Amino acid sequence: MTRPTRPLSPHLGIYKWQLHMAMSILHRSTGVFLGLGLLAMAWWLMSIAQGPDAYSEFITYASSLFGRLVLFGFTYSLIYHFLNGLRHLLWDTGRGLDVESVRKSGMLTMLLSVLLTVAVWVYGYSVIGKF
Amino acid sequence: MRTDLGKVRGLGSAKGGTSHWWAQRVTAIGLVPLTVWFIVSLAALTGADHPTMVAWISNPFVTVLLSLFIISGFYHLKLGGQVIIEDYVHQDGVKLVSLLLLKFATLAVGLASFVALLKISFGS
Ligand code: HEM
Repeated sequence: MTRPTRPLSPHLGIYKWQLHMAMSILHRSTGVFLGLGLLAMAWWLMSIAQGPDAYSEFITYASSLFGRLVLFGFTYSLIYHFLNGLRHLLWDTGRGLDVESVRKSGMLTMLLSVLLTVAVWVYGYSVIGKF
Repeated sequence: MRTDLGKVRGLGSAKGGTSHWWAQRVTAIGLVPLTVWFIVSLAALTGADHPTMVAWISNPFVTVLLSLFIISGFYHLKLGGQVIIEDYVHQDGVKLVSLLLLKFATLAVGLASFVALLKISFGS
């Protein structure tokens, strides 16, 4: 049988970039990146379990410039995904779903995720007396 | 004559959509307090040496909280990853293999983390 021709939604590429769309994509990307974070956490725990030598080898990698960049990425991803996850949970209760509330909580999440990530790193560096 | 829609109407998706959705929320809610605790604790442990780490992890409260973080984290990743695979992989064979790999990988790495945690806590 022939299917009736119904209108199709336009291809993704023609949509104008908007805050909500970018934040939704970021939630998914940070979720995937945090999967790698859990892998790193497994490596961290394994190295401690294996003893001081394995642990100091882990620390050598983790404290290198590249290691710090990755750890900074994990921190930001976790904080962003956490805050945006709270928004998802709020929406699931049927609250905060109108356009204006979504925009406001979105802005707040973007701002807080950056501020909190920096705060955590400043705190971390202050613990080792480097800040 | 029946339309495609008519053929499938009432049959349902034959999948556990609701329970999957719910489990994803339960793990997310559990992860809320655990994540706050995890970030603050690790930041406070910046630069800690091996004995300090072992002493911290061996504290029973920490052992329990880390266990919960590992279990809910890996379970949440398995559920979330499944949705992503189902969104992007449409070929049945490839989809099945990807889902199996995700399942095995999250189980294996999660178990490795948990075993390492117990080994540290109870001493080698
Ligand atoms: C252990 C670290 C975490 C990992 C590896 C992780 C991973 C993921 C992944 C892969 C997804 C699927 C994304 C998608 O379908 O687009 C997801 C979704 C979700 N995550 Fe996480 N997550 C973590 C922590 C958290 C935390 C702390 C929260 C706190 C609220 C959270 C809340 C959510 C929610 C509500 C969803 C569903 C979003 C939706 O319906 O589209 N996650 N997560």
